[in-house]
Amino acid sequence: MRVGSDAPSPVVQSGSAPLLETRGVVRRFGDLVANDRVDLAVRPGEVHALLGENGAGKSTLVKMLYGLLQPDEGAILWQGRPVEIPEPRAARRLGIGMVFQHFSLFEAMTVAENIALGLDDAPRDVRRLVPRIRAVSAEYGLALDPERHVRDLSVGERQRIEIVRCLLQSPQLLIMDEPTSVLTPQEIERLFATLRQLAANGCAILYISHKLEEIRALCDRATILRAGKVVAACDPRQETARGLANMMVGSEFRTAGRRAQARLDGRVKLSVEALSLPADEAHGIALSGISFTVAEGEILGIAGVAGNGQGELLAALSGERLAPQSEQIRIGGAPAGHLGPTERRALGLGVVPEERNGHSAVGELSLTENVFLTGRARLPLLDFGFLKPKAARAFAERVVAAFDVRCPDAEAPAGSLSGGNLQKFVVGREILQQPGVLVVAQPTWGIDAAAVATVQQALLDLAQSGCAVLVISQDLDELLALSDRIAVIHAGRLTAPRPVAALSVEDIGMMMGGIARPSSAAPAAGEA
Amino acid sequence: MSLDILVPMTLTVIGAATPLLFAALGELVVERSGVLNLGVEGMMLAGAVVGFIAVAGTGSHAFGLLAAALAGAGMALLFGFLTLTLRANQVATGLALTIFGIGLSALIGVKHVGIPIPALPKLDIPGLSDLPVIGPLLFGHDILVYLSLALTIGIAWFLARTRQGLILRACGEADLSAHSIGYHVIRVRYCAVLFGGAMSGLGGAYLSMAATPMWIENMVAGRGWIALALVAFGSWRPWRVLFGAYLFGGVTILQLYLQGSGILSIPSQVMSMLPYLATIILLTVIASGSWRGRLDAPACLGKTFSPPS
Amino acid sequence: MALRFEPRKGTSRAMLIATPLLAVLLTLVAGVILFLSLNIEAGAALYHFFIEPLESLSSIGEVLIKAAPLIMIAVGLAVGFRANVWNIGAEGQLTLGAIASGGVALAFWHSEGAYILPLMMLAGILGGMAWAAIPAFLRARFQVNEILSSLMLSYVAGLLLSTLVYGPWKDPEGMNFPQSRMFNDSETIAPLIEGTRIHIGVAIALLVVLVAAVLIERTLVGFEIKVAGLAPAAARLAGFRQNRLTWLSFLLSGGLAGLAGMLEVAGPIGQLVPVITPGYGFTAIIVAFLGRLNPIGILFAGLLMALSYVGGENAQIAVGLPRAATGVFQGLLLFFLLATDFLVRYRVRWIHRGRQEVRS
Repeated sequence: MRVGSDAPSPVVQSGSAPLLETRGVVRRFGDLVANDRVDLAVRPGEVHALLGENGAGKSTLVKMLYGLLQPDEGAILWQGRPVEIPEPRAARRLGIGMVFQHFSLFEAMTVAENIALGLDDAPRDVRRLVPRIRAVSAEYGLALDPERHVRDLSVGERQRIEIVRCLLQSPQLLIMDEPTSVLTPQEIERLFATLRQLAANGCAILYISHKLEEIRALCDRATILRAGKVVAACDPRQETARGLANMMVGSEFRTAGRRAQARLDGRVKLSVEALSLPADEAHGIALSGISFTVAEGEILGIAGVAGNGQGELLAALSGERLAPQSEQIRIGGAPAGHLGPTERRALGLGVVPEERNGHSAVGELSLTENVFLTGRARLPLLDFGFLKPKAARAFAERVVAAFDVRCPDAEAPAGSLSGGNLQKFVVGREILQQPGVLVVAQPTWGIDAAAVATVQQALLDLAQSGCAVLVISQDLDELLALSDRIAVIHAGRLTAPRPVAALSVEDIGMMMGGIARPSSAAPAAGEA
Repeated sequence: MSLDILVPMTLTVIGAATPLLFAALGELVVERSGVLNLGVEGMMLAGAVVGFIAVAGTGSHAFGLLAAALAGAGMALLFGFLTLTLRANQVATGLALTIFGIGLSALIGVKHVGIPIPALPKLDIPGLSDLPVIGPLLFGHDILVYLSLALTIGIAWFLARTRQGLILRACGEADLSAHSIGYHVIRVRYCAVLFGGAMSGLGGAYLSMAATPMWIENMVAGRGWIALALVAFGSWRPWRVLFGAYLFGGVTILQLYLQGSGILSIPSQVMSMLPYLATIILLTVIASGSWRGRLDAPACLGKTFSPPS
Repeated sequence: MALRFEPRKGTSRAMLIATPLLAVLLTLVAGVILFLSLNIEAGAALYHFFIEPLESLSSIGEVLIKAAPLIMIAVGLAVGFRANVWNIGAEGQLTLGAIASGGVALAFWHSEGAYILPLMMLAGILGGMAWAAIPAFLRARFQVNEILSSLMLSYVAGLLLSTLVYGPWKDPEGMNFPQSRMFNDSETIAPLIEGTRIHIGVAIALLVVLVAAVLIERTLVGFEIKVAGLAPAAARLAGFRQNRLTWLSFLLSGGLAGLAGMLEVAGPIGQLVPVITPGYGFTAIIVAFLGRLNPIGILFAGLLMALSYVGGENAQIAVGLPRAATGVFQGLLLFFLLATDFLVRYRVRWIHRGRQEVRS
């Protein structure tokens, strides 16, 4: 059965022969066994969840199914026959399509060119592809303008390009790698509708995620991976979210403890007033009239879809970019808009950017050396311009001990640590400097559950001790769990922060999509 | 100025522009695939000396051109092996290629210095070439001049209108994306690098076979670097590179004429600085125009690609 | 079975030291092949190239005075390369240093005094810095690619020098040769050791190595440079300003190149001539890489490279090896170094591909 063909499509029942099967698939990276004898079976027309923590081996497995990696052992069967998938082209020839988590798109090219690149039978002249694109986008309600450049599109539109690119090949199996991590709640609903329509037409979907509620809402079957092994297979609709979580993590699932509601009347520690900044690079976002305050003991969450000015806001707060006027940013009451990063730190600012390796830390340098990056202003690490490695090492060891950073010692290169351990280190490096204000972006992006719990608890404890904390995140669940108030950033503008209790997920979703909701009383109006 | 001066002057501009155009077009293709090869100067020298020796040995210009292109491509292969297969730093490797090319060409050419060979013949088209003004301007050039213009059109068409051109640009824009949908980034870049080498070789051959049909040590004299600057000046577009090459040819010839005319009492060395200074000025102009330049550079230019595991 | 490259976690320290030695070895092998293809007896050529320069005090001295400028310039360049600042125009900065100090010498040619040499040194350093300031300014202010601008300025510097020695600075009693007056005794540096030409530049180069080693390994500035090169975003977050490092790198490398130029004209040459060095400014790039951008490493790399210059001259005289062979050697050495660098960053493994056994 082929999606998009005119023939009527008999939907194959689950219980029929598997469309795709893996048997005892093993893949090693050096000493690490990323996939250890993995068995998986996906039937036609089913939405099959591949569930697991970050680092459980989900991406490795699907890369093998799409021909980007080769298994060291074991077999892949397609419609019952063993197959070799040496490259993505071979996967596509079989009828396997894939939508990547970090999209495989080309910013400087048009939508049509991007789609042509993903087709093996594309016409020589890309312009002749345009009608086909329009036809498929109409059939599935995936609005797309083939002539536009990708760099001008929103994240949701970018994902549509990837999906349309797959649909044009009439796939029998569509692999979706963490497709919702960058979408607004409304965009997620729309995506689910498309996926259900595809499944109804007989296309199997392998859906990779660690978001439990989504899987329970969408999927018919779930295979759960942990540390490279299949630990369970189940019907997610029959399980509770907590039950799935326990299978995924392997032990009792811990969440950060919610603390007592903070006083919202504390002294203001960080204030930003009418801050506007032009975009500093070709495709950057301009900040426009940003105003907010964070009081001592408060956690303010900033939600938003990636690429709406979060990076620019962080740079403006950290001092990587200077504000037009000094009073527009105040740290502990002192005007700081014209101060550089080091002077702002001296006023009590701590910053943890989104990118761990390359921004928060330098992967090639040791943990000790990484202490010098942000510790110079508040720790005695320098003597007349000379470095004091012993002092830095002692501090690094304190961070390692206090935040349970797993590493050989403080001389290990930062890049050799796992994502979760490096994140614990860079968060700990800021917190142990006892900042008055902490700005942190995507604190738990892509790290394992244990590290998530450690980091979130550390942020809550820090606020409890009187620090003003600003959390910039795309993970709504995280913001709802941590924040006292939430504001939403969209296209470089920030909504007024509102107490969490007065906000619904739908409200935030609408604001993330750029639709201002004047009051929380207005009912959700369905499709935007 | 009368036509008597203008026509021969234009002809010499073409002569000065053509080697730059070959090398710059080749490097343009290389850079659009995401690779920065700073070894243009070395590859041009290899092409110049090998092309010259081939003609001196066989008397065949066709064979000379083929040998020059292969010599340039051979040098490029070395660069490709180091940067693409062994993932060495492109800047350092390009510099090494130039240093190596200067030495190697001098070594190979040491017995051939100063010996003249017959120049690459002009393609005389009876009747047309004899027309006044238009004849010498449009007809009666050597084959490389026409080839360079045809290649400008061909490369522009290839990049904009063919599937292979699209894939090549994709590798330069987002190597990881291209890899993840199944393109062989390294293979595509090898092809681009080899093509760039062959083009540099032809550019060098133009110098030793047509412009001054003899071998002089280090005769490329920085033109490889100017070609690199032209690619940025042309914001990675073939037609603008063509314009840039002729503009530079013009500057070079202008200073020669001014030197020869004796109108200005400026030492010849000062006039010779003009092309180099003009390069710096043009680089500054394009860099400070915020409306373009940076915007058009291939996103992966100069970055080493290691396939993710 | 297949080869698989696996990135190492961190770099291998053993390989960091082993690969330059391996590169030298491979260059020797390639050299023998090259000699044989040129019908030159390989054993004799290698002897003249690598052994003969070390057999007498005076030729050891020659190696040292050639190593001094290479090391000085390479240390300056290495600081920039670490910070991702690609000054390729040290040759031009060296030339400007020579012009500026030569200008001072010519202005004082009828005077004597101990103050003249320091003045020439200062002029040399400032001349090199001034020439380096141009690409630094263009990059810091307009983001102009410094590789191209600094290189173009090298050509301009060479032409400027010949303008002067063919024109206004030509020795009026020099039979119309394109060269300046000979500098007087107060304007030239005397040999330190009898029977050699070893001069104060050798000691200065050693001092530069030591100071740079301390600067890079022990100070905040050195740390800034390291971070800026490895992770520009992290450098910004830490409050290190790229433009400041661009200026610092260019002024440092330009000043050192200018000083090297001064030492050449006030030392072995003793006057201004159209061509001052056999390309030290470019060779120093190789020296910097061969020494792994590390001052101590550069010390050894500079000595080796100087040996190849002296040895090249010997081999030219003794067995008729063309002068250009030295350049080929240097290029090959850098190639082999870049190639073997792979072993520092990657581990090579043989992978046994398991058979696909289908259980049924």
